[in-house]
Amino acid sequence: MSEPVKVAIIGSGPAGLSAASRAGQLGLSHVLLEKTDHLSDTIFKYQKGKRVLATPERLDLRSDCRFAEGAREYILGNWDEDAANNKVNVVKHAEVAAVTGEKGAFEIKTASGDVYHAENIVLAIGTQGNPNRMRCGGADLPHIIYQVDDPEDFKDKHITVVGSGDAGIENALGVAEEALENTVTILNRSKDFARAKAKNVSDMMEAGENGFMSIRTETQPKLVEPGWLTLETPTGDEKIQCDVIVARLGSVAPRGFVESMGIEFTGPDREAFPKLSPTFESTVPGIFVIGALAGYPLIKHCMNQGYDVVEFINGNTGLTPADEKDLAAIFANLPQQKSVSEWLEYLRERVRIFADVSPLQMREFMLDSKVAYYRKGDVVFEKGEPGSSLFAIADGHAEVEVAPDVTVPIEQGSIFGEVGLISGRKRGATIRAGEDSIFVEVSRTAALKLMAAVPGAKRVINRISLERQLLQIFKGGLTVEDLGPVVDTAEVERIPAGKVVVTEGEQGDDVYVIRSGSMVVEKDIGGKSIFLRYLPAGSFFGEMGVLSGAPRNATVKAAVGSEVIKLTGESFRKMLAARPKVREATEAAVAERAQMNSFIESRKASYSSAVDLYSDTAGFIMKEGLGEATDALLIDENLCVGCDNCEKACADSHEGLSRLDREAGKTFAHLHVPTSCRHCEHPHCMADCPPNVIHRGPDGEVFMEPGCIGCGNCMRNCPYGVIRMEAAPPQKPSLLRWLLTGFGPGPGEPSPKWTKKQLGEEKPKKIAVKCDMCKGIAGGPACVRACPTGAAIRVSPEEFLSIARLQEDAG
Amino acid sequence: MASLFPKRLLSRRSKATQTERVRERRHEGFLRYANFRWAKISGGLCLLIIVSYALIDVTPRPNGGSWYGYTLGTIGALLILWLTALGYRKRKMTSDYWSLKAWTSAHVYLGLSLIVIGTWHTGFQLGWNVHTLAWVLMMLVILSGLYGVIAYATLPAALSNNRDEMTQMQMLEAIRAFDRQLHAAAQPLTPEDTAPVLAALDEDPFAGGIAARLSGRYPRCATSAALVALATSRSSNADARDKVVGLLKQKEAALARLRQHLKIRALLEVWLYVHVPLTFALIAALSAHIISVFFYW
Repeated sequence: MSEPVKVAIIGSGPAGLSAASRAGQLGLSHVLLEKTDHLSDTIFKYQKGKRVLATPERLDLRSDCRFAEGAREYILGNWDEDAANNKVNVVKHAEVAAVTGEKGAFEIKTASGDVYHAENIVLAIGTQGNPNRMRCGGADLPHIIYQVDDPEDFKDKHITVVGSGDAGIENALGVAEEALENTVTILNRSKDFARAKAKNVSDMMEAGENGFMSIRTETQPKLVEPGWLTLETPTGDEKIQCDVIVARLGSVAPRGFVESMGIEFTGPDREAFPKLSPTFESTVPGIFVIGALAGYPLIKHCMNQGYDVVEFINGNTGLTPADEKDLAAIFANLPQQKSVSEWLEYLRERVRIFADVSPLQMREFMLDSKVAYYRKGDVVFEKGEPGSSLFAIADGHAEVEVAPDVTVPIEQGSIFGEVGLISGRKRGATIRAGEDSIFVEVSRTAALKLMAAVPGAKRVINRISLERQLLQIFKGGLTVEDLGPVVDTAEVERIPAGKVVVTEGEQGDDVYVIRSGSMVVEKDIGGKSIFLRYLPAGSFFGEMGVLSGAPRNATVKAAVGSEVIKLTGESFRKMLAARPKVREATEAAVAERAQMNSFIESRKASYSSAVDLYSDTAGFIMKEGLGEATDALLIDENLCVGCDNCEKACADSHEGLSRLDREAGKTFAHLHVPTSCRHCEHPHCMADCPPNVIHRGPDGEVFMEPGCIGCGNCMRNCPYGVIRMEAAPPQKPSLLRWLLTGFGPGPGEPSPKWTKKQLGEEKPKKIAVKCDMCKGIAGGPACVRACPTGAAIRVSPEEFLSIARLQEDAG
Repeated sequence: MASLFPKRLLSRRSKATQTERVRERRHEGFLRYANFRWAKISGGLCLLIIVSYALIDVTPRPNGGSWYGYTLGTIGALLILWLTALGYRKRKMTSDYWSLKAWTSAHVYLGLSLIVIGTWHTGFQLGWNVHTLAWVLMMLVILSGLYGVIAYATLPAALSNNRDEMTQMQMLEAIRAFDRQLHAAAQPLTPEDTAPVLAALDEDPFAGGIAARLSGRYPRCATSAALVALATSRSSNADARDKVVGLLKQKEAALARLRQHLKIRALLEVWLYVHVPLTFALIAALSAHIISVFFYW
């Protein structure tokens, strides 16, 4: 039993260490509990020599520990020194098992049975959790590892991977890379691989068939000895050679442990964080949560919070967060003078979507936002501009230009720009300030985070966006009031790729609006389903049924995973009855579509092969996921001579790395879809980028700004495999020198061998590399410019699959 | 000629920052580029030369040294230098607006027009001298280029069909995978059956020299030899042998695909090994031709 302390800090990562250092500096009685035998386990486990980046650059570091970009060893060394200098009272091998008690008298029990008493607790345990350990004999031997940082650390070794979830399979595939010459075995306790993704399983099976690894099912480890492993197999025990064991047996996520203390989370989903006050206090008074567990994965954030939280606990309520000056800068250009907290309160009171947002969340959202003052008549954005941010009206009002010289006002407290946010498409209308106004521009990531964290905000945004979308689609003097009943009965449905929404020949009068994703329309002509049309997000379908009452005349199915809004036929009919002009406009749209359908039907008779080819090509393009593309590279293999000048041009236009693989990818009727970025409508890569450096640019390109921390999330999230994790090679000798002397690697990406020779021992950090559509290069995409035969073109699916193309083909 | 260059294109070229991306709806090959713009320009140029040659009466006889001959010679020499610059343009990724397809198109058609420019420049006076050497080299460069155009127009589809969505690396990997399986499957065989299999395993898929690469025929293929040897052998266990024979057949098919791939790629590239060195020889001969003409003025 130890002396009670003022604060116990659990976890010695950047957040916990910084907190303990502050406590040490303040002379506060404290204890820092670390479950391993070293500080900062997550960073300790990084591969040797790995560079750790200090993003975001604009944020100042406020901590008693040093931190700047540098190698892992350098940073860990600094921290060990800092911990000693700050007189941190650290207890290693102290894995916390249970926390009981209340503010002022908490009791912390560790796995080894020690008990600590503390008035306050700071939880800084990160999100990595505890990996499940091996349980057979010899399970504590040092050659058992629980993660693989860099497969290249293993060469010519006998490696056994235990566990056949995704992590295990990915590690096994990594170390089984042929060039590494490892002998890899993967063990699975059961017969099949039910826990892993299908893609991983098929990759593994392929590797097994090709002899890159041996896959042992119904087999588990029995005894670990140095150099050897005894297996328990269905046919008896077997001893195999084994230098390294990679155990991937899953891990216990920290959430359960956190909840066992009584701390509430913002929601049930995986992305939820503990509910926190502005001083990082959880729903249990006296327990504070900081760092990655609180939703801040960046080291600098963590260290600042460690400092702040101890100051708060010490009673320093006047402390302004380190981001105060950044926030002040955001508000600096506004006409009124208010303090940061007054501004935050002002926005919370006046903007509907911010109503339910906590002050702490508000600070974070504002850091990713801009606030600007607009004079009457100033243009906020123009129709057709790309943009995915959301605007909120804090003061004044906005005018939407729905038609030339026709404007509709949007009142204070409401939002605009939400269509770009949800569908990722270009701006649908020009917006001006209706009077001198203050608008808040929230970045797409911040807005999505807001919607995930605050249900109230999500409801408001969804309702407004649905109304607006309908107003834009159904023109003719419709008002928000007319839409009331339609919106009330509307339902949002998720449609997986390939699922049929409307079937040709069936009765039905529901009308659908595509909220995100895209659909294809097909019609059965002469027993073959013929592609009629590609419908991007923001279009509607099913309206023919309402107007005519006839059965559906075509089948509509999702090209990619999509969201549609289902409007009931009845409410839609009522709306049309109330607004004859809307009915007229809708009828005109129907007539135009019907005309196109009959055009294709008539062509089918006379030019059936052209229609078939068009239809099959469209099918192929959709199957390749181009339905969600906005700009994709296609190669005509009737023209491609395989010179790879596109790849070379790509590498030479950027920092020496090609972002496309010409040869890889599928082909249909000599139309080849290479492995290269399609600049998806809803970029999967953007979904989880801790430093938030993936954005959509002004030309619709999805690009990465500097600041990538090399976590690889985007690469794993991209379903098309177009993102590489690679370090930029050193500068090549000039082209003329190569042409004249043959010295150096010549145009294109230098060989890894050359790069390695140039770098020597240095191991630069690998960061994500992807196509940016040659952003900022006046001539446009290099791959297309550099194609000598015209085989490479960039297309958007709507244009490529237009009816005009069929007309040209059919003559 | 104004109609050949639409105003839109000229203005786009001059615009330093192009904000809107050029998206196309269809593929247009280098031969058809801009509705055969360079074919028209080059054809017009040839026609102009042929007609003016017939109309202009150069005394005492048409000759490279007349004012008319000098004009054609200057045009031809400058054109040759510009055509050579394609090799640099292709590799120099500057950031301004240009299209290598347009360059290729112009290269092909203007290159062909050199037949008329160069030949008419000679005034049909050919002999055994450095002047005619330059003309001969030029014609050889054009001929090799003509082969290149035909190869580029006809072979890509075959390359695409043959590779069937596989990359060259995957083809090699497939062969290595069969090798590994063969290595395991051949263990139970008798030594006399193992020998041809081992020879097949040791085979380098790239070996065979230029003739084999271009013809796609590999008469000394160890895999085929092993297949023949094992088909007639009776010495090992029949099941084990059948398994090895099956794997050898699969490897043979994979090899055939790779060899066909390499053959088409070689046919697409081989002419450059003639075209480019001959171009440099041509430039050397051309320099000699020009210097000697001015030296003996």
